[in-house]
Order: sequence, then structure tokens, then C-alpha cells
Amino acid sequence: MSNVAIKPPSQGGIVNWMKENLFSNKLNTVISIICIYFIVKFLVGVVDWGILNAVFAADASACKAASDGACWGIISEKYRFIIFGTYPADEQLRPLIAMVWFVGLIVCSLHRSFWKLWLIPLWVASLIGLGVLMWGGVLGLSYVENTQWGGLPLTLMLSVVGTVAAFPLGILLALGRRSELPLIRVWCVAFIELVRGVPLISVLFMASVMFPLFLPEGVTIDKLLRAQIGIILFTSAYLAEVFRGGLQAVPKGQYEAAAAMGLTYWQTMRVVVMPQALRIVIPPTVNSFISMFKDTSLVLIIGLFDLLATAKVAITDPVWRAFYIEVYIFVAAIYFVFCYSMASYANNLETELRKGEQH
Amino acid sequence: MKSLKLIVGGTIAATAALSTFAMAGETVDSIKAKGYVQCGANTALAGFSAPTSEGKWEGLDIDLCHAVAAAILGDASKARFTPLTAAQRFTALQSKEVDLLARNTTWTLSRDTKVGLNFAGVNYYDGQGFMVAKASGITSATELDGATVCIEPGTTTELNLADYFRAQGMSFEPVVIENAVEAVQTFFSGRCDVYTTDASGLASYRQTAPNPDDFMVLPEIISKEPLGPAVRHGDEEFADIVRWTHIAMLEAEEKGITSANVDTFKKDSKDPGIQRLLGTTGDMGKALGVSDDWAYNIIKQVGNYGESFDRNVKAKLGLERGLNALWTDGGLMYPAPIR
Repeated sequence: MSNVAIKPPSQGGIVNWMKENLFSNKLNTVISIICIYFIVKFLVGVVDWGILNAVFAADASACKAASDGACWGIISEKYRFIIFGTYPADEQLRPLIAMVWFVGLIVCSLHRSFWKLWLIPLWVASLIGLGVLMWGGVLGLSYVENTQWGGLPLTLMLSVVGTVAAFPLGILLALGRRSELPLIRVWCVAFIELVRGVPLISVLFMASVMFPLFLPEGVTIDKLLRAQIGIILFTSAYLAEVFRGGLQAVPKGQYEAAAAMGLTYWQTMRVVVMPQALRIVIPPTVNSFISMFKDTSLVLIIGLFDLLATAKVAITDPVWRAFYIEVYIFVAAIYFVFCYSMASYANNLETELRKGEQH
Repeated sequence: MKSLKLIVGGTIAATAALSTFAMAGETVDSIKAKGYVQCGANTALAGFSAPTSEGKWEGLDIDLCHAVAAAILGDASKARFTPLTAAQRFTALQSKEVDLLARNTTWTLSRDTKVGLNFAGVNYYDGQGFMVAKASGITSATELDGATVCIEPGTTTELNLADYFRAQGMSFEPVVIENAVEAVQTFFSGRCDVYTTDASGLASYRQTAPNPDDFMVLPEIISKEPLGPAVRHGDEEFADIVRWTHIAMLEAEEKGITSANVDTFKKDSKDPGIQRLLGTTGDMGKALGVSDDWAYNIIKQVGNYGESFDRNVKAKLGLERGLNALWTDGGLMYPAPIR
């Protein structure tokens, strides 16, 4: 009996964990104590500044008096402008509805049980509906030209429309780059390398400053549309390379098996290759989407009021100019919510789709 | 190489062709047809052109645009605004994205000629100045040799600064910061000895310092910045309307006519100058190609220049009239006669 191996005594509990990981020897103990001291000091500082000494009322003089606290009053005063930009104040319910609808539509579209064919007409109908809601001019809604759009709805629109349009374009470019027809291949390679060779800022600059000069007399293409097309082309070039990576990772045997079964090129791609390739590239694809979502803030340089631009405009108000840190924190929080949701969704999707591989 | 040359040549030719198109009367006709004036505005410059918390555009340049709408269409609210960055503004005007550029643009020779603009007057006289901390003991710009200077890149400000220091035989160390708000905060935190921008900006930024009395604006103004509205080169009819809209606002201030008392003047005034201005006699409006009560509409709906200045530049930035006072008060605003 005495030879039976006994289980080591239970080492559970936070105290034991700390003993093992933080205070296992003298050096570790010293380092841990120093780190804990600074972390606590930092957290106390943040709470003091952000909550205890902070001013929440939209009163600039109260904010100035409370010099060691945050001034969330600027958010109370400016949140409408930061979120909706120069969209007329009486009509702001419209972009709000549009935004909620848009986000709802996206969340639904992301769930697997909604992946049916009717999703496509639903998207088309929704986009038309959103256009009507944002522009107005019919059904008793007053007309709001799109130079007045701004803030979060604009950021969402630029990035979601950019994503939805760039995704299929990216797939086509990736397939084109691997095509055996030289003309198509050369075209796709040239496009991808050209676009990847220049920064997004210069694409937007070309679209907004140079492009109008080449149009015939009297023809103008909307500034927003030009920026949107620029973003779509730019993103599609990057996605194309991501998808090409996925296509290369699919074993050659899969192509040969599909060919042996007599599937055509498009059947092979649609049924056999693409589903596998796209699953492989979920992490880099989401990476591209997240970086595109943040890149839309570059439209600031062509005078479009996206979320970051409205924040920057809000702090040019002389009364509130000193409280720019609070505004940046507010905007960073909004960006974080969206980017983090995208990342977590991608993680879930990956686990979900990998279920087939678990044995 | 040959094709590259062709492309470059083509670009230059296209730009030149666009910038020299003559379009007499076309803009006014198109404004009347579409029913509004499309103005290019600054993305955000408090006092001149900036959206309020409710998203409404306000400022001295914005008021001018409303006044042009009142003159042509009889309704000041018929003005729309396209926010433009410094780099975009000229292309936007040339490609007809906007009718009028009211975006604190400095009137210079090259802009009036090869950029293809037509300036229709000056609605604000500005100039570049310096701000320093009082503790530094500096009282004049001539003592700035070797100073570190916070500036924003890509503006005439940067060029003026270099010119001034070279002319004075002094050296400086630039600290270039992209965004004005951050540049100012950097200066307040003591990273640079000097902050430089237009005098109107210095005064307003000083107000945002933790303790404004710690800082002072030096007396030297090192550049001339006449800011004014611009239209396309060759667009004479529209340029005339914009020019005389601004003059009408000055004339109204000189005669003491405000948005509040304009009706009394229109009814009772025996002064032939005022009668011509308000359209009770003569046909000044017809000469411009607008209705005869054009100036009445401007004054009634927007106000005179002084009113516009007070509610924008003075209220937002705390600036006094200075060079922008009427000539009768020792300023540079001298309206040409309306007759």
C-alpha cells in the first residue's frame, strides 16, 4: 500500500497561485512588489482622474476649475456632433436608425443560420432603404446631401460597403493572378502590385485632387463616392493576396480529385477549393478588415467627416479646446468596441468551422 | 519614357486648360437654376468656418457665403457647404465641385494667376505672429535667435518663418507637429520656446492655456495674410457679385445700418447713398444681374460686416477689430462707392 503514488496535495486557490508565480523566491518577490505598487498607483490615478475628480456636466468653466480631473463634459456637449457630424440636428434620428439597422443587418448576416440565398435580396433592399433614409427627398423626408453626412454612420458605411464590395473583387483578383490565361494574369498582377505599391493616402489624394481634373468639363463625381471606390480598390488588392495564400495552401490533390470527378473550373473553385481556402485565411482576412476599418479615418485628409475627423473638429471649438484627451479616449473606445467585436467573431467562426476537423 | 512624358504633358495641358476656361455668367445661371450656392469652407477654424455642436456651420466666411445666397437668390439659407482641406480647395473650385471658395485663403499673386483663382476682395486681414512664455523674458521677435519653434507643416506659416529668420540673420530649430491643437499643447508643456501661426489663431489659442497670463503674443507681425473669397478665373459676373456683397456689408456698417434697423432705413432714409444701397432708387442690382433689393436682403438676413465680425471672430476668439476696423476707425476696410 505504501508504494501507491498519492496525488500531491491540492494547490488550488489564489493564495497558492500567487505563492507559486509571484513570490517563489526573493528576486521574484521584489519584482512583484514593485510591479504591484506601480499598477495600483496607476489605477488609483486613472480612477481619480477619470471618475472621482471628473466633471460630467457640459460646463467648460467647471472643467477648467477641476484641473486634476477629466472633463467628460466635452463629451456631453459634443457627442452628437462626434457621432453624427454635420447631419442636421432635427433629423438625427434618421442616421441613428440607419446605423442600428446597418449593424443589425451585419450581425444577422454573420450568423450561420442566416447564410441563405435570400440574404442577397435583403442586403440590396436594405442598402436602398438606407440610401432613402440618409438622403431623403422622398416620402416626406427632407433632402440631406451627402456632404453633410458624417461621424460613425459614415465610418461604418465606408468600411462595410468597402468590405462587401472588396471581398468578391479580391477573390476574382486572386483567381486571376493564378489564371493560366496570360492576359488576365498580367492584368491582375499589375493591378495588385500597383495598388499595394502606394499608400492609401495617395490613393485618396488621387481620387479627390487629381481625378476631378481629368473629367470632362462640367462632370463631377461625388467626393464620397470617389473615396469609397478608392477604399474598395485598395482593400481588394490586399485581400487578393490573402486569398492567394489560401488557394496555395489547399493541397494539389484536391484540385486533381475535383478534375478527376469531371468538375468544371468554376465548380471546382466554388465547391472544393474556395470553402477550404477561405477557412484557412480567416485570421488574415479579419486582420485586413480591422485595419481597413481604422484606415477609413484617413478620409479626414480629403475633408470627409468620419468619426475621427468629427472628433478633431469638435476640439477646435475654442471653449473646449483644452480637453482633447477625453475626446480621443471616447473615440478610441468606440473604435475598440467595433474592432474587438470583429476579432472575437472571427475567433468563434474559426472554432465553429473547425468542428469538422475534430476527431 | 516617351509614354511617361506624354502622360505628364497631358496632365499639365489638362490642368492648364481647366484653369483658364472662361465661363462668364455661367456660375450665376447655374446657381439660379439649382437654387443654392455651393461654398467651399474650412473643415474647422473657429470664428471663420466651423460646425457647432449641433452640426450647423458658423463663421465669418460662412456668413459671406450666406450673404451671396441672399444677394442672388434672396434667401440667405440657400447656401450649402463642402468642407475642404488646404490641399483640396483649388481643385474643388476648378472642377466646379464648389461655386465659391470662402475658406480663409491668402490672396497671393501666383494664386490669382497660375492657380486660376479670381479673388473678390479681402474679408479679413491677418498676419503671422509669435507667442512665448512670459517666464522666458523675451519681449521682441528679434531676440529669438536659436529658439525652438512649434509649427504645423505645409502652410505659408512655415515658409514665412524661414524667410523671417533668414532675413534677420538668426537661426531656429523647428518642431513640426501635424495638428494645430497638439502643436499648441506641446508649446504649453514647454517643449518649444515659441509657437507661431496667424495672429488671429495666437490670440484664441492663448485663451486655452492652463493659465493664459503665463504667455504673451510678441508685437511683431512678420507676414501679410489678406484672406478673401475666391471664384474661378474668368468668372467675372459671379466675382462681381461676391465682391459687391462684401462691399455692401461694409457700406452698411459705415452707414450704421444693421439687420435690426434696416427696415426703418429703407422706409425713412433720405440719404441718396442709402437709397441706392437698399434699392429704393436706382438700379444697382440690375447692373449686377440680381434683384434691386439685393443689399437689403443681405443686411436683413445676415447683417453688416461689424455684426458678422462680432458674433463670430470677436465672440469665438475674443479678437478686437484691429486692421479689420472700418477706415473711419483707423482700419483697412474701405468700401468702394455703390453708385
